[in-house]
Amino acid sequence: MAKVLMKGNEAIGEGAVRAGCRYFFGYPITPQSELPHYLAKRMPQVGGIYLQSESETAAANMVFGAAGAGARVMTSSSGPGISLMQEGISYLAGAELPCVVVNMIRGGPGLGNIAPAQSDYFQAVKGGGHGDYRLICLAPASVQEIIDLMQDAFDLADKYRNPVMLLADGVLGQMMEPVDLGDEILRQAPEKEWAATGRKKGGPKRLINSLYIVPEDCEQHNIRLSQKYSVITKEEQRWEEYRLDDAKLVIVAFGTCARICKAVIDRAREEGLAVGLIRPITVWPFPNDVLSRVRETAEQFLSVEMNMGQMVEDVRLAVEGRKPVHFYGRVGGMMPVARDVLEEVKKLYNGGAV
Amino acid sequence: MKKIFTRPEALTDLPFHYCPGCTHGIAHRLVAEVIDEMDIYERALGIAPVGCSVFIYNYLDIDMYQAAHGRAPAVGTGIKRVLPDRLVFTYQGDGDAAAIGTGELVHAAARGEKITVLFINNAVYAMTGGQMAPTTLLGQKTTTTPYGRDKDANGLPVKVCEMLAPLDGSAYLARVSLHNPKHIMMAKKAIRKAFEVQMRGDGFTLVEILSSCPTNWGLPPLEALKWLEEKMIPYYPLGEYKTPAEEVQI
Ligand SMILES: Cc1ncc(C[n+]2csc(CCOP(=O)(O)OP(=O)(O)O)c2C)c(N)n1
Ligand code: SF4
Repeated sequence: MAKVLMKGNEAIGEGAVRAGCRYFFGYPITPQSELPHYLAKRMPQVGGIYLQSESETAAANMVFGAAGAGARVMTSSSGPGISLMQEGISYLAGAELPCVVVNMIRGGPGLGNIAPAQSDYFQAVKGGGHGDYRLICLAPASVQEIIDLMQDAFDLADKYRNPVMLLADGVLGQMMEPVDLGDEILRQAPEKEWAATGRKKGGPKRLINSLYIVPEDCEQHNIRLSQKYSVITKEEQRWEEYRLDDAKLVIVAFGTCARICKAVIDRAREEGLAVGLIRPITVWPFPNDVLSRVRETAEQFLSVEMNMGQMVEDVRLAVEGRKPVHFYGRVGGMMPVARDVLEEVKKLYNGGAV
Repeated sequence: MKKIFTRPEALTDLPFHYCPGCTHGIAHRLVAEVIDEMDIYERALGIAPVGCSVFIYNYLDIDMYQAAHGRAPAVGTGIKRVLPDRLVFTYQGDGDAAAIGTGELVHAAARGEKITVLFINNAVYAMTGGQMAPTTLLGQKTTTTPYGRDKDANGLPVKVCEMLAPLDGSAYLARVSLHNPKHIMMAKKAIRKAFEVQMRGDGFTLVEILSSCPTNWGLPPLEALKWLEEKMIPYYPLGEYKTPAEEVQI
């Protein structure tokens, strides 16, 4: 199929439709509004439903109902709206309901601004809502990758009966790039025996629930969830490596930041510096496997983020204190500039043990 | 011998956990009877609230959902949009539907969402220890209105049927009571009518059921029913607040 030019936010919508998603519940917020705009048009064309909810709280709970009824369903928002959805996300995780939640991150905290940021990393990968749960978190870096990852997002959600978050900064939503939409075959949701769709007489009773009032039961539920998260951690780590093999200094960056860092690495290489990149595609599960491999050969690490230092904590955990881990970040909608990151790289490279 | 009274099929045989004299159990039974009589066991989907009746999912023998506090109408919206031919109902207390979940309730009604809300008004937050609800009567003592609800300090009680009636999306709204057998039968009729109107696709339906909470009212069961009749009904008049233009045959 010929390539088409698409905006990141629209690609999320098209990717979802192609993944078999037929229900979208959401509430407007910049910088993700082109996604609901797109789906308001697109859903009726494929027999799906687009519904603008009265709030993000309601949207997340509409997702809860639709997911419990067995549908492939999605919602999207940005920072302040995701905060409101956290109640529902915790219930979705507790009731083990598959769905996709998009966070097109803007600057925060509070109302912050509408410029791109990566400052919701903690909220996405460490919890955000109450209780002991995890979201599978995918962080694309191009419009093409959005299209490809949307399929995986819905498949992973169904495979593990877990909410999946697509985490990107506002730039990616606004960026236009040529994409190959792939084959025309639209994927369908798998048969969901557990969905509560109406009980057949004599058939099993289906209950969509996150309440375990007896402490022993609640503990068992948490243990079972945590075993599931262990399987996901083992099976689903994804990352991209760039000029990593002989790298003495390894940059870790996700999303748009990683694209900037690739340019930095190319320039550093021209100057003879052995610099490489690890780009987490899953920010949860964090790609510890590659980091524990690379920490043996690399001399130092640099986490580049559009926040005040959030993912750097996971990099440090993965490196386990064996090598120095540095941080460079810009916030509030300011993007790291390649020249500045290169300066940082040179400073570290020359000041380090290499 | 001819059996004239049996347990409804849509009710499990689990004993209710409610306090003696609590009318939650009666309301559950009515819902089950209506499901049996309408023969919609396989199409009925219920949503449990947060509150004393959270375990309704154990008592109704149908597929069930358990929603976050107040969010049942949003959950119901999601279900109904996916499964438009099912009967989708929520069962919610006054704290659930008229306080934390007012937004979800009002907007489900405004959208004309084809679901039924069974709204149990016992004038108190029962499960958490008898705090004031939006429906607590003026002068009524609760754990958070120890001197009685005062309009200036605590605001005025909310009349849910009256609040929703002006919304064009609401198709059937009725207030009933469980204080005596005659009214229990009327309550059952209203629940059935709400279900019929929903299945016909007319819009949002709600039955407000005045219910007793002897425990948190600090009254013996019979006196609680009397209090309900004498104190609650004058402030919350019974009757149909909205009916479809074209009557439903029931
Ligand atoms: C978000 C949230 N806030 C508060 C609670 C605590 N809580 C549980 S039940 C309840 C009140 C329920 O009252 P009502 O809806 O009137 O039902 P009743 O117990 O009277 O049947 C509250 C406040 C909760 N579970 N979740
Ligand atoms: S506390 Fe009140 S509402 Fe709850 S079960 Fe007891 S009597 Fe019923």
